[in-house]
Amino acid sequence: METIAFYLFSILITGLFLVTVMSKNILYSMSALAAGMVLISGLFFILGADFLGAVQLVVYSGAVMALYAFGMMFFDATRNVKEKNSSGAAVFLLSGLSAVVLVAIFAAPSIGANIKPLVTGTKGLDNPHVIGEVLFTKYLIPFEVAAVMLLVAMIAGIILASKKMDKSLSEVYIDALPEEELKEQK
Amino acid sequence: MTLTLTHYLVLSAILFAIGIAGVVRRKNLLMLFFATEIMLNAANIAFAAISAYIGDLSGQLFALFIIAIAASEVAVGLGLLILIYKKYGTLDLDKFTVMKG
Repeated sequence: METIAFYLFSILITGLFLVTVMSKNILYSMSALAAGMVLISGLFFILGADFLGAVQLVVYSGAVMALYAFGMMFFDATRNVKEKNSSGAAVFLLSGLSAVVLVAIFAAPSIGANIKPLVTGTKGLDNPHVIGEVLFTKYLIPFEVAAVMLLVAMIAGIILASKKMDKSLSEVYIDALPEEELKEQK
Repeated sequence: MTLTLTHYLVLSAILFAIGIAGVVRRKNLLMLFFATEIMLNAANIAFAAISAYIGDLSGQLFALFIIAIAASEVAVGLGLLILIYKKYGTLDLDKFTVMKG
């Protein structure tokens, strides 16, 4: 049962992320990315990491994707992305090579054989309880630092995005267009 | 046929390679952000799988911190993207070559 779920999820995730990377339309790729995030949380549930799966659903497919969709209002998302690609073969060779190297590193049995679990938490509790227990004892300081970092990121995001808010974006966009495209529009 | 750790690690490596291909191939800044998210998620899958198969909770907690970092990265990065779009009117990386040379 788990095997079927794993293969179903992994094939769907790979396909959706390929759509994300290859698609010419930003809206398609964003939707595919959001769907892939939801399916990744399914993988976490199979692995027994319930809390992580819930956080993945809330933060990634909820907050991050909503933020992207919100930021998309500022960009012209319906237009197709025009790109000139230099050499496709080199790109696929490089990324394929890096995938092989990664598999070789991860699947090396000699290193993984003598790893012992250090942080196990209280036995018998369910996953969110154990996560909370470990997070607020052993990992308290990283947790606080992450909270401060999120605060700093929030302030930075507000300040960066609200610069020149008094000027309409369409005016700025017309100013920034090159001459030929302006003539085409007229 | 039972699932082993290697299944998850191979899946994570494939997703990471997709992310790398996206970063190298795409010229649109927003697409680069999407590809970065894919790479972060691949790392998360590897962390959660190793944590589940070894019985150590640290992997799941590191995945949590990675999610926090990704969220703040998106907040700052999207602000910068909006600034760039206001300045240049495009997100194409090739249009940002302002130096003549």
